[in-house]
Amino acid sequence: MEGSGVGGSESGSMSTVSREDNMVVSSVDSSCPDESELELGLGLSLGGFKTHQVSKGAQFARILTSKDFPSVIPDASPSSSSSSSSSSLTRANVTAGTKRTADSVAAANGSSQVMGWPPIRAYRMNSMVSQAKYLAAEGFNSTMENHKSETSMVEKSTAGFDRYQNNSSIKLRKSLFVKVNMDGIPIGRKVDLNAHESYEKLVKTLEDMFLKTTPSINPAGSTTLELGMMKKITRPSKLLDGSSDFVLTYEDKEGDWMLVGDVPWEMFLSSVKRLRIMRTSEATGLAPRLEERNHRQRSKHI
Amino acid sequence: MQKKMMYSFPDDVLEHVFSFIQSDKDRNAVSAVCKLWYEIERWCRRKVFIGNCYAVSPRVVIKRFPEVRSIELKGKPHFADFNLVPDGWGGYVLPWIVEMAGAYPCLEEIRLKRMVVTDESLELIAKSFKNFKVLVLFSCEGFSTDGLAAIAAGCKNLRELDLRESEVDDLSGHWLTHFPETCTSLVSLNISCLGSDEVSFSALERLVGRCPNLKSLRLNRAVTLDKIANILRRAPQLVDFGTGNYASELPPDVLLNLAGAFSSCKELKSLSGFWDVVPAYLPALYSVCSRLTSLNLSYATIQNPEIIKLVSRCPSLQRLLVLDYIEDSGLEALASSCKDLQELRVFPSDPFGGEPHVSLTEQGLVTVSLGCPKLQSILYFCHRMTNAALVTIAQSCPNLTRFRLCIIEPKTADYLTLEPLDVGFGAIVEHCKDLRRLSLSGLLTDRVFEYIGTYAKKLEMLSVAFAGDSDLGLHHVLFGCESLRKLEIRDCPFGDKALLANAAKLETMRSLWMSSCTVSFGACKLLGQKMPRLNVEVIDETEPPDSRPESCPVEKFYIYRSVSGPRFDKPPFVWTMDEEGKIMH
Repeated sequence: MEGSGVGGSESGSMSTVSREDNMVVSSVDSSCPDESELELGLGLSLGGFKTHQVSKGAQFARILTSKDFPSVIPDASPSSSSSSSSSSLTRANVTAGTKRTADSVAAANGSSQVMGWPPIRAYRMNSMVSQAKYLAAEGFNSTMENHKSETSMVEKSTAGFDRYQNNSSIKLRKSLFVKVNMDGIPIGRKVDLNAHESYEKLVKTLEDMFLKTTPSINPAGSTTLELGMMKKITRPSKLLDGSSDFVLTYEDKEGDWMLVGDVPWEMFLSSVKRLRIMRTSEATGLAPRLEERNHRQRSKHI
Repeated sequence: MQKKMMYSFPDDVLEHVFSFIQSDKDRNAVSAVCKLWYEIERWCRRKVFIGNCYAVSPRVVIKRFPEVRSIELKGKPHFADFNLVPDGWGGYVLPWIVEMAGAYPCLEEIRLKRMVVTDESLELIAKSFKNFKVLVLFSCEGFSTDGLAAIAAGCKNLRELDLRESEVDDLSGHWLTHFPETCTSLVSLNISCLGSDEVSFSALERLVGRCPNLKSLRLNRAVTLDKIANILRRAPQLVDFGTGNYASELPPDVLLNLAGAFSSCKELKSLSGFWDVVPAYLPALYSVCSRLTSLNLSYATIQNPEIIKLVSRCPSLQRLLVLDYIEDSGLEALASSCKDLQELRVFPSDPFGGEPHVSLTEQGLVTVSLGCPKLQSILYFCHRMTNAALVTIAQSCPNLTRFRLCIIEPKTADYLTLEPLDVGFGAIVEHCKDLRRLSLSGLLTDRVFEYIGTYAKKLEMLSVAFAGDSDLGLHHVLFGCESLRKLEIRDCPFGDKALLANAAKLETMRSLWMSSCTVSFGACKLLGQKMPRLNVEVIDETEPPDSRPESCPVEKFYIYRSVSGPRFDKPPFVWTMDEEGKIMH
C-alpha cells in the first residue's frame, strides 16, 4: 500500500521510526474515515528529505477552530498522495532559512518578512512611524510656496512611512507570547498573538509550526532529529483510531478550556493564557457540536 | 644598570609620566610591565571602559582601580537593537551604581550603552557623587523623567546630559525646571529622544540662557520651529545643534527670523533633528552650511532638489546621515561638493516595501567613493549591488575603517552577473587594510569568509546574516581574523564543528552571538564545560534546552568571556552552561 515511503510504514502501524529520522504529519479528513492513516513527523533533516506516502484521501493537516463546526471540512482533492506531500515539502523548503518562527510577519506586499530585518534600530523605526502619522494627519496649507510639489512629496513620503507604520507597528507592538502545546508532541512552542491579526492567521501559523514539515535553515545543512526524540513523538495508537483531527483550544484567565474562535479576536487576546492543539477525541465538553461530531466519528470506526 | 635606573624614579614621577597615557590599550600594556608599574598604574587610572558589563563584577573593578573618575559600560548585545534579544535579558546598571556609590565618591562621569537604567539608579547617582559631571545614556531604557529630575536637581556641576536614542518614560516636561537657577555649568544637553508633547519651554530657555559654555544642544520634537530662533539667539556659541520639529505653518517672517538666528551662530558646525521638516524653511540654514562638518538629515523627509540644494552648499561636510530620498543624483552632487567627506550613512525610507520607489542604487555609492577618497565610514541600505561596484568602492576608498552594507532583500545576488557577492566583499577586505568593522549582506558563500579570514587582519567587529554554506565559513573567520572582538551571526548554516574547533579563539574575543544557526545544545554544553572563562548563555523562550536531545540546535546563544563567572540576574529564558555540564538557572 505504501509506496517508497520512508521507514516502511504500513497501514495501521504506528510504530514507525523511520531510518532517516524523518516523519511527516498529516491528519485525516473526517469525511474519509476508512482511509484514516496518520503518521506523525517532523522533518528537520534536509537535502534527502523524503516524505511518507500518505494514503489517498488524506489531506493537508489542519487545525480546527469553532469556525469549522458544524460544517465539515471539505475533502481534499483525491490527487496522488505524493504530490500533496511533496508540495508541502516545497513550501517548507521555500521558507527555509527566512521564516522559522511565528514572529515573522508578512509584509504589506505579501513577501515574507523576517524578525529584525532589515537591521534598523527600533528608535529609528519609532521615529518614522510617528512621522508617518504626522504627515498623514497634517494638511499643508497653500500659503507655502511650491504647494503642489510639497503635497506630492508628502504623498511620496507617506507611502514609505506608512509601511514603516504598518510593519513596524506590528513588530514593535508589545508581544503577547503564549505557550502552545500539541497533543502527542512533547515540545511546546511559543507564539506571539500580537503578531497575528485574526484567527485565520493564527491557525495558519500553528499549522505551519506543528503540522507541516519544519523548515530547515539550509538545505545543505546537517541537523537531524535524534532517534530518542522520534520515540517520544511516535506515540502510538491514539492517533490511529481515526479521530485524528486536531482542534485548537485555549485556557482562559479563569482556567477553563475553550474552543478557539467563538469570541471576537480582541476579546480572545485579553483572556487567553495558553493554547493547546487537542485531538478532537479528547476535546469533550468544549462544544456540543464537537462532541456530537466525535461521537459520529467514533461510531463509524467501531 | 637599567634596573637601577628604573627604580631610581620616585613613584610620583612614574605616575606623572603615566598621566600622559590615556588609551586603555596603552594603560593595560603599562600595567603589565612589572609589579611596581602595575601598582602605580592602578592607583592612578581614572578612566575605565568595560565593553561587556558581565565580563567583570563591579567589586573586582573597584578593587583593582580604587580611584576611578570616569566609567563606561555596555550591556546588551548589539542585536538587541533589532529586537533579537528578548525583553528582560539583563544589562542592569543598578548593581554598579550601588557599589560605586560607596567606593567612588569622586566619580564624575558615567557613560552607558544598551543598559537598563532605573529611576532608582539615577536618584542614587544624584545623591552619591558630589562632583558628578557627565551622564551619557546611549540607547538605554528603564527610566523616566522623574529620574532625570533627580539628576537635574542633585548634580550641581552637571556638564553633560546626553540621552541619545534612549527610551524614556516621558511623564512630563517639568523635569527641566529642576535645574536650579544656580546651574550654569552645562556644556552639552541632548534630549532629542524625549517624546512628550510638552516641554517646559521657558525653563529650557532660561537654562540655555544662563549656561555660557553650552556647546551642544539637541532638542526634541516638542520644540517647534518658532521657538528655535529664541533658543539660538541665547546660545550663539553653539557648535552642535539639534532642531526639534522643523515644520510650521507660520508666516514668512519666521523664516527671516530663523535665518538671522542661525547666522548669528558663528561656531555652528553640526546640525541634526529636522523632524517633520517643511522644505520652505530650509533656506534658513544656508548661512551656516559653509561651516557645517556634520549634517544629520536621516529623519528629514525632504527629497530632491531640496537635499541637493542643501548638500551642495556644504563644502566642509565630513559627516552626512540621510535617507535614500537623496537618490543617486543627490549622491552625485555630494561627491562633487563635499571632498572632505569621511562618513556617509544612507537609511531606507521604505524598508519593508518590495519595490524601491526611490532611485538609489549601487551607482550612488560608487559615485561617492570615486569623488570622496577620504571616506572612512559607510553605512548603506539599498536594493541591489554588483561585485564590480564593490570592487570600485574598495579601490577608491582604501581608508575605510567601517563598511556596512545592507541589501534589503536577504541573499540578493549581483544583479548583473547573478553571482554571489563574495568577490566584491573580498575586494573590500583586501584593499581596506584598516577595516575594523564590517557588515555583510546579499548572496554570499563560504568564499567570502575565506577572503575575510585571509585579509581582514584588523577587523574587530563582523556582522553576518543569511550567508555562507557550511561550517567552513565560520572557521575561516574564527581562524583568520586576528583582531576579532565581536562576532554576531544570524540565520547562517554554521554548526558545531567550526565553533568547537576554535573554542580557544572565543576567549580572545569580547563576545559571540549566534541565532537561527545550527549549533547544537550539546556543543553549547561542551563549550561551557571546557571553557570556564567563557559564559555560554543559551536563550530559549519556549522550553529549557535540556528538554530536548543534545543534537537539537539552539535558537539563540551568546558567549562572552568573563573573569567573574556566570551572572546571577538571568531571566527565566536564559540558561548558562556550567563547568559540570549542567545548565544553571
